[in-house]
Amino acid sequence: MADMMQFDLVTPERRLASLQVREARIPGSEGELTAMPGHAPLITSLRPGVLAVLTAEGETDYVVTGGFAEVNASGVTVLAEIAHPTSEVTQEMIDGMVAEAQRLHRDAHPGVVDATAKLLADMVALGSRIGLDPKLS
Amino acid sequence: MPSLKALKNRITSVKSTRKITKAMQMVAAAKLRRAQEAAEAARPYAGRMNAVMAGLAVSVGGSDSAPRLLAGTGNDKVHLLVVLTSERGLCGGFNSTIVRLARQRANELIAAGKTVKILTVGKKGREQLKRDFADRFVGHVDLGAVRRLGYDDAQGIARDVLARFDQGEFDVATLFYNRFHSVISQVPTARQVIPASFEGGQGASTLYDYEPSEEGILADLLPRGVATQIFTALLENGASEQGARMSAMDNATRNAGDMINRLTIQYNRSRQAAITKELIEIISGAEAL
Repeated sequence: MADMMQFDLVTPERRLASLQVREARIPGSEGELTAMPGHAPLITSLRPGVLAVLTAEGETDYVVTGGFAEVNASGVTVLAEIAHPTSEVTQEMIDGMVAEAQRLHRDAHPGVVDATAKLLADMVALGSRIGLDPKLS
Repeated sequence: MPSLKALKNRITSVKSTRKITKAMQMVAAAKLRRAQEAAEAARPYAGRMNAVMAGLAVSVGGSDSAPRLLAGTGNDKVHLLVVLTSERGLCGGFNSTIVRLARQRANELIAAGKTVKILTVGKKGREQLKRDFADRFVGHVDLGAVRRLGYDDAQGIARDVLARFDQGEFDVATLFYNRFHSVISQVPTARQVIPASFEGGQGASTLYDYEPSEEGILADLLPRGVATQIFTALLENGASEQGARMSAMDNATRNAGDMINRLTIQYNRSRQAAITKELIEIISGAEAL
């Protein structure tokens, strides 16, 4: 049994990662999920969160927001609007994302206010998770 | 016959023009390489996105619950033409070809009794379209300050277009841009983005589980799809612009070279003529003695 699979992380501007991995932990909109080789074909949208992949050398984390992940027989492809290796994410970037989410929440149409509240909460959780201090203003 | 001095000035001035066009050509070549790389790097995302949405569109498309971005408003009365052009000139026919295509389409639609609205991106297209369609303008996006085209810029335009769609300002949106084919050939292209249309959409080959539902994912993806298509169009346009400028400047440099040769021959001839004339004067003066 193959214990590695192809993993691609693609943003609109470039291909951020393309490597062989043991498993990928994906922050799906319905909850975290771990994809390992041989996972059933699946397409899920993403919520802001940390995407972790386990390679032969160790674990690599990426911060991703917006987009979707596709799991099939050949591997995992994650299409994210914004993606950065966790180590490159700075306090300013988190502040910017939280501020943007807050603005959306404030201006939100009543019909989507729940969705924007969730987005904001996700952003804050994401910031705390990677050891930064997201400030609510 | 211009004087020797005038000819000499003329040659110097054409020479400095040639220097400028040569420099612009080289700058365009360097920028073209960057633009092509950017377009290349964006391809996997757009390709995957398109494939997944095409698959979803086939399975959801028929149902009543299909999102409006896919199914349309049921009308095609009001058309929004999004015309993408460059901020700078001196790039040959680049802007004119896009504008010509957009103008032709606008006239067809008007003749068919539809309402046409125009949104321009880039200064050059606005200047050219303003002459004929000034009253149909609904907006303009200025990318003059943008040094490196990013996804954010496309998102901004997409947000604007989607907000207008949500308010029912139009039924159909079409993008006009130049598709990059090669340095010497750019193809003006019209592409419908709302309602979404996909090329080569056959049903998903594998059966996927969807989280949340197919409709949910599609509703989430369609707005992103619009942004992605605009981004792709902007990048193609960027590469085309540099390609067009490069070949235009190459032609200009060559023409300047030809002109310098012609002027130099003319200069030498008139100098020779002046010398001959002086000699004749001296000789005939000596013979008269």
